[in-house]
Amino acid sequence: MKIISKLFLVILLSGFQAFHASGAYVGIEDSETLILQTSDKKSAMDELLNVLLLRSYNTRLVILSTTTLGTAAGIVGAFLLLRKRSLMGDALAHSTLPGIAIAFIIMVSFGGSGKSLAGLIAGATLTGVLGLLIMLAIRNTTRLRDDVAMGMVLSVSFGVGLAILGVIQNMPQASAAGLESFIYGKTASMVMADFMTIMVVALVCSLAAILMFKELALLCFDDRFAVAEGFPALRLDILLLVLVTTVTVIGLQSVGLILIIAFLITPPSAARFWTEKLPTMTFLSAVIGAISGWLGASISALVPKMPAGAVIVVVASSIFLFSMLSAPKRGVVARWIRYKDLKKKVERQHVLRAAFELVEEQKNGDSIVSNYPFPLQKLLAKRTWKAPKLNRILNHEQSIGHLERRADGMLQLSESGFGEAARITRNHRLWEIYLVTHADIAPSHVDRDADMVEHILEADMVHRLEEELRNSGAWIPSPHELSTRTQAS
Amino acid sequence: MSDVLQQMSPTGDAIGEDLSFHPINVPLAVHDLTVAYHRKPVIWDVDLDIPEGKLVGVVGPNGAGKSTLLKTCLDLIPRASGEVGVYGKPYKEQRHLVGYVPQRESVDWDFPVSVLDLVAMGTYRHLGWFRRVGEKQKAAAMNALEQVGIAHLADRQISQLSGGQQQRTFLARALTQNAKLYFMDEPFAAVDAATEEAIVKILQQLNSEGKTCIVVHHDLATVARYFDWVVLLNMRVVASGPTEEVFTKTNLEKTYGGSLSLLDEAAHALSRIAR
Amino acid sequence: MNWTSFDTWIVVVGALCAVACTLPGCFLVLRKMSMMGDAISHAVLPGIAIGFLMTGARSSIPMFLGAAITGVLTAVFTQWVSKFGRVDRGAAMGIVFTTLFAVGLILIVQAADHVDLDPSCVLYGAMELTPLDTIEVLGVMIPRAAISLSIVLLLNLSLITLLFKELKLSSFDEGLSNTLGFSSNLLQYLLMSMVAVTTVAAFEAVGSIIVIAMLIVPPATALLLTRRLIPMIVIAASVGILSAILGHLSAVTVPKLFGYESTSTSGSMAAATGFLFTIAWLFNPSEGLLVKQFRNTKKINESVPVEELSS
Repeated sequence: MKIISKLFLVILLSGFQAFHASGAYVGIEDSETLILQTSDKKSAMDELLNVLLLRSYNTRLVILSTTTLGTAAGIVGAFLLLRKRSLMGDALAHSTLPGIAIAFIIMVSFGGSGKSLAGLIAGATLTGVLGLLIMLAIRNTTRLRDDVAMGMVLSVSFGVGLAILGVIQNMPQASAAGLESFIYGKTASMVMADFMTIMVVALVCSLAAILMFKELALLCFDDRFAVAEGFPALRLDILLLVLVTTVTVIGLQSVGLILIIAFLITPPSAARFWTEKLPTMTFLSAVIGAISGWLGASISALVPKMPAGAVIVVVASSIFLFSMLSAPKRGVVARWIRYKDLKKKVERQHVLRAAFELVEEQKNGDSIVSNYPFPLQKLLAKRTWKAPKLNRILNHEQSIGHLERRADGMLQLSESGFGEAARITRNHRLWEIYLVTHADIAPSHVDRDADMVEHILEADMVHRLEEELRNSGAWIPSPHELSTRTQAS
Repeated sequence: MSDVLQQMSPTGDAIGEDLSFHPINVPLAVHDLTVAYHRKPVIWDVDLDIPEGKLVGVVGPNGAGKSTLLKTCLDLIPRASGEVGVYGKPYKEQRHLVGYVPQRESVDWDFPVSVLDLVAMGTYRHLGWFRRVGEKQKAAAMNALEQVGIAHLADRQISQLSGGQQQRTFLARALTQNAKLYFMDEPFAAVDAATEEAIVKILQQLNSEGKTCIVVHHDLATVARYFDWVVLLNMRVVASGPTEEVFTKTNLEKTYGGSLSLLDEAAHALSRIAR
Repeated sequence: MNWTSFDTWIVVVGALCAVACTLPGCFLVLRKMSMMGDAISHAVLPGIAIGFLMTGARSSIPMFLGAAITGVLTAVFTQWVSKFGRVDRGAAMGIVFTTLFAVGLILIVQAADHVDLDPSCVLYGAMELTPLDTIEVLGVMIPRAAISLSIVLLLNLSLITLLFKELKLSSFDEGLSNTLGFSSNLLQYLLMSMVAVTTVAAFEAVGSIIVIAMLIVPPATALLLTRRLIPMIVIAASVGILSAILGHLSAVTVPKLFGYESTSTSGSMAAATGFLFTIAWLFNPSEGLLVKQFRNTKKINESVPVEELSS
């Protein structure tokens, strides 16, 4: 067993794919072997801690870089999401491929190894920006829409990239093995130089996004206003997408082409569920990105045959799913409950209001409505509801002590039920009057669901509405007065 | 966002679909209809009974829920409570009786179809799945185009139409649906005078055939001339009834509030009824 | 260069794939769902993997089924996430397809010991090798890929012929389609399964990058050239076939110009679609970019007739 687990550790340290691609095996430091040799004396717990606390050199590089990358992608992706251009990251990621391939050829023909990360990044950024400009040009000069422009750039530039890679594979000078990792990611074969590049570039991108926070926020929120205020929207757009391209390129190396897209989209989408504020959202998005990177890379290091990029995506998606379902305000479950509540509330209010009106009809010229009983049949006739549904609601009201079914078949509101019915009816009538007297502005103010008119409208306005209600002869005292009066009687 | 709600609550759920109390000869009966986005009600306790053979204008300020009311009747938006009966039954069972003219902006006018193709879409429901458009359907579409006065444009691509022509095309499509009850969402919005006249002619023709048209309308000055039944809507139904009874200054004030220019317009319109 | 029957078969397979893709592709573009092609071609990976693990054979019925199911699932999940979660549609698509792809990748790597299914092959394809894998049909040796792609092409063609009216209506006016009783969702799922099945038929032979390109670029090119639906489909198919021919030719010849060996045919075919798009973009007679430019300068020189202004 120990031998097997040690073998797994070897696999995780060298990385699954690196293990198979013989060339990358050299990436492991000698110190690693030392840890390995002593590791059979340690417990599984120690191994877990080793990975999670970054005790070993290689996992440290991998996990730190995916965490940093997650942070940077989270920040940049937040703006991309709000600009509704999430999939543009997808297109840009693909359009970096020709640049990578061309940079490789150029570097090789100048006698280099062709695998310098900085050189590849430069090439990738160049064609990435070119792809972006083509996308904008298609959108602005043809009838075709954004989605076509993106799909176009994505597939064609990727095709061009593959064609150039095909040339490279047939080149005698160098093996393109290292380039493959750009598409599928080869996390575990990371070396110190790559690590430093990733850290520095990610940091620069994050800082740039944070420095330009105000401008980017304005761009995402209202680009026309941004233009009117003298901000160059197009240049800001390009800046944002250059940041995206750069993050994409460094991400390619560690999580792979397809999966860096998830890094740009999923954390911000998950963060969006928890907050309405942009700074908070950006921060949360960075944190979720970081957690996905850290946890994903750690799981990949601990469990055999788990490609880091894929695990990171699954972790990020799990966080997304959790957020989508359970976030307190925007979450699906919370919204569903609220919707069901609203429906129930509307029905309840209908019943109580109808009941109050029936009671009111019997007041015979008294100035105050007294709580008389009324027959079920009358209530049923009041609206187009059917007996079973009405009964269900009545049962509920009965269970919370708002209503009594008397032995003679009549219904009687309890004291609390009467107060509640009066409050609902008063609220409703005030809103109705408000709608009629302030029809021009009312639709944007009315919130019938608010328990009290007073919670939405100013006291002065409520006062005037009450005045109107009194004049119309449908006066109901405010529940406070009402409750004191019923108590007194 | 309306879709969210739709998914969450398939229309009719918990409301019950027994519409026995809706008379069979009433084209549209709406009872206690409340529609809400998030927590905010958009339309609220709407009760309507539209008698057969009327030209109905649905009038109200922006955000009053006119389009929402139409779409809810067509089951395109779910309701929080209430019931809608089309000739005494739920809409789902009465599709063949209903024609719909959506707002012009709701479709992509760059779509590669010709005017005739678009108009023939109205016949699809009668055709059902898989069966293709034949000569009969094309003739019906041509006939409808002639009625709206743009038969000469039949082979045009729809992106080459002017706004008024687009609206006429939509109306022609509704004609081929050959329905008894029509819902039209702002057919008069931003059209030229000639188109407006053509639409009115079509409305009157439908009316003379005993059909019911429910039209969302925004121009108060023409309400009295075009419609014999008016629904004044501002989240709630302020009034619904024959134009001469309902389209009054008081009711308009209740619908639109104190907005001056609108009231002037209304006064103007009213003076015209008086004459 | 010398053209052999190998080259002919490569072009035929490419052309079959092109036409099979452009048929559903036209409707994808018209529904403003172009990116769905990219999404689905990645998202089918778990379907392929499961189908593959179950049977151990490539290009089998379970694999197609798995792909069709994951294709529909991509559409359904995307819809759910954007509806229930109120997430931007594009983002929802991105989240769903990357997740499915990741799951597929993990499945494949988990099974990698006893399975030879290289994920890179899914994207690149090895078109150059298709003529080697043949089946004898009526005494003629035909590449297996050509047969499976022909079947898929026929399937797509018959579905689109059968449901032409419904697809047209629901792509144009979703609301009316629903009120007339033609469920827009149902038709969308059907389209997605077509795309998924096509992707699978193509993936091992020609690589999914061709599918992504052929789904979108030829229909987009056609949309620049015509404003009629049937001509659009015909032009898209022709552009697809032309790209297949052009792509293979350039794969064999262009690198030689720079003194290199030949290159990946799938990549060049995708690049060729882009080339043809660019030509249509710049030079199409009615609204080509350069044509318009030319016309504008001409217009400034000539005085515009008065009637033209008033009309």
